[in-house]
Amino acid sequence: MLSLFDVSAGYGSFRALFGVSLEVAAGETVGVIGPNGAGKTTLMRVISGLVAASAGAISLDGRSIVGIPAHRTVARGIAHVPENRRLFPKLSVEDNLRIGAFIPAARRHFAEQLAWVYQLFPQLRERRSQPAGTLSGGEQQMCAIGRALMSRPRLLLMDEPSAGLAPLVVQEVFELIRRIRAEGLTVLIVEQNIQQVLGVVDRAYLLEVGAIRLSGTSTELKNNEFIRKAYMGL
Amino acid sequence: MDMFLLEAAINGLLLAGVLALLTLGLNLIFGVIDVVWIAYADLVMCGMYVVYWLFAVFGWPLPLAFAASVVGVAVLGVLVHLLIIAPILGSAPINQLLATGGLLYFLQSFATLIFTTDFRNIGVRLPVLEIGGIYISYSRLLAFGVALAGATALYFFLKRTYIGTAIRAIAQDREIIGLMGVDQRRIYLVTSAIGGALAGLGACLLALQYDVHPFIGNTFGPLIFMICVLGGLGNMIGGFVAAFIISQIIAIGGYYFSTELSYVLAFILFILLMFVRPQGIVGR
Repeated sequence: MLSLFDVSAGYGSFRALFGVSLEVAAGETVGVIGPNGAGKTTLMRVISGLVAASAGAISLDGRSIVGIPAHRTVARGIAHVPENRRLFPKLSVEDNLRIGAFIPAARRHFAEQLAWVYQLFPQLRERRSQPAGTLSGGEQQMCAIGRALMSRPRLLLMDEPSAGLAPLVVQEVFELIRRIRAEGLTVLIVEQNIQQVLGVVDRAYLLEVGAIRLSGTSTELKNNEFIRKAYMGL
Repeated sequence: MDMFLLEAAINGLLLAGVLALLTLGLNLIFGVIDVVWIAYADLVMCGMYVVYWLFAVFGWPLPLAFAASVVGVAVLGVLVHLLIIAPILGSAPINQLLATGGLLYFLQSFATLIFTTDFRNIGVRLPVLEIGGIYISYSRLLAFGVALAGATALYFFLKRTYIGTAIRAIAQDREIIGLMGVDQRRIYLVTSAIGGALAGLGACLLALQYDVHPFIGNTFGPLIFMICVLGGLGNMIGGFVAAFIISQIIAIGGYYFSTELSYVLAFILFILLMFVRPQGIVGR
C-alpha cells in the first residue's frame, strides 16, 4: 500500500533521512523503532507531506505522493496522529473530532464515523463537550487517534503514541492500538518504546541516524542480538 | 427615573450593536490571521460610499445597494489579504501594521480624489419612534437589530460548520491544521472575506445614521480598536462586551457632560483598565 524508495529529507542544510526504503502492505501493522533523533518523526512528516522529500520516491497504492502538501494527502487516505497529540486544546472534544472529518469525503459520513469513534473510545463520548486541553494524557491520545480516524483513512500514521504518558497509560495506549489493528486498518507506528511496540506490530524497521539498519518480523527483532543488547538492555 | 437618562442609555445600547459588529470583524481577522487591519474603519468608509453611490446617485433600490456594499467590501477584504497581507505574512508584525496603515492613507486619499471632502448623505430619513416620552430613531433600532442578527449568524457559522470550526482551530495550531485536510490559505481568504463583509454590513447601518466623507473612518476607527483591546485582542466575546461598556460610557457621559468629554472619559477608563487588566476585561 505504502512504499518509500531511497527517500532523503531534512530541514534546510540539516539532513535527517538518508535513502530510507520501506514497505507497508494493506492490513499490516508496521513499526519503525529507533532512538531519539534517528529521524522517525521526519519520516512520518515526509509521508504525510508536512516535510518535503529532497530525493526518492513515495507512493501510495502505486501513485506517487511526492510533493503533495499535507492538506491534500488526507484526501488520498493518509491520517497522521502527530507526536505529542497536538489537539486543538480550546476546542471541545467533539469539535476536534469534527475537524478531523474536514475533507468532503469524510463529511458525508460524519455521523456514522463519530458513532464508531465513540464506540471505540466510550470515554470520549462522556467528555465530548469538554475542551480537549482538559483531558488526561491517555484521553488526549484517544482523542488524537479518534480525530485521525474521522477522516476515514486507509493508512494511519502514529508518531510516538506513548510519548510523555505515565507507564500505566502507555499500557492503555498500546491496548488502543491493538483495538485499531483489529478493525483492519493499515497502521505505521513510530516508537521509542521498543519492547512495547514489538508486541503490537507484524513487522518493524530499525532506524538509526536517518537510515534503516535492520528489518524483520516482530519475533525476529525481539530475538535479535543487537536489538536486545542496544535497545532492551538484555 | 430620569427619562432623558433612560433615553441616553437606550441610545448607547443601540450604538453598541454596530460597534460590536465591527469589533467582531477586526477580532476575527486578528484571531485567525494574527494581523491587525489598521485600515478596517476605512473599509467601512468604502462601503458607505458604495451605498451612497449606488442608492443616491444611480438610484438603485436601497436593499440592493446594501447587498452590494456587503459583497463589495467582502471582495475588498479578500484583495487586502491577497495583495497586502499574504506577501508579508511571515515578516515582523510591525511591517504588517505599517502596510495596512499605508492602506488607510491610500483609501482616504483615493476617496478624497474621487468624491472630494464633501459630506454626503444618502437622504433616507426613517421615522422616530416615541414610547412614553422616550425618542428612539428607527435607523438606530434597525442598525441594532441587523448588527445583532449579523453577530448571531457569525456565531452559528463558526460553531456549526466545518469551515467555521477550522477558523476557530487554526490559531491554536497552524501546522497540524494541515493534517486535517485544511488549506490554511483558503481559511485566511474566507476569514478576510467575512471580515470585509462585516465591515460592509456595518457601513450600511452607519450610512443610515451618518454622512459619509473620506475621513469618517477616523471618527470611529480608534473607538473600535480601543474596544478590541479592552475586550482582549482576538477575543470575540470580550470585544462584544467591551462594545456595550464603552457605548454606555459615551452615551451616559454625553448626557451628564458633553459628547466630547464622554469620549475623554471612555479613553481614560480604557487607559486605567489597561494597567489593571492588560489582557482585556474578559478571559484569563
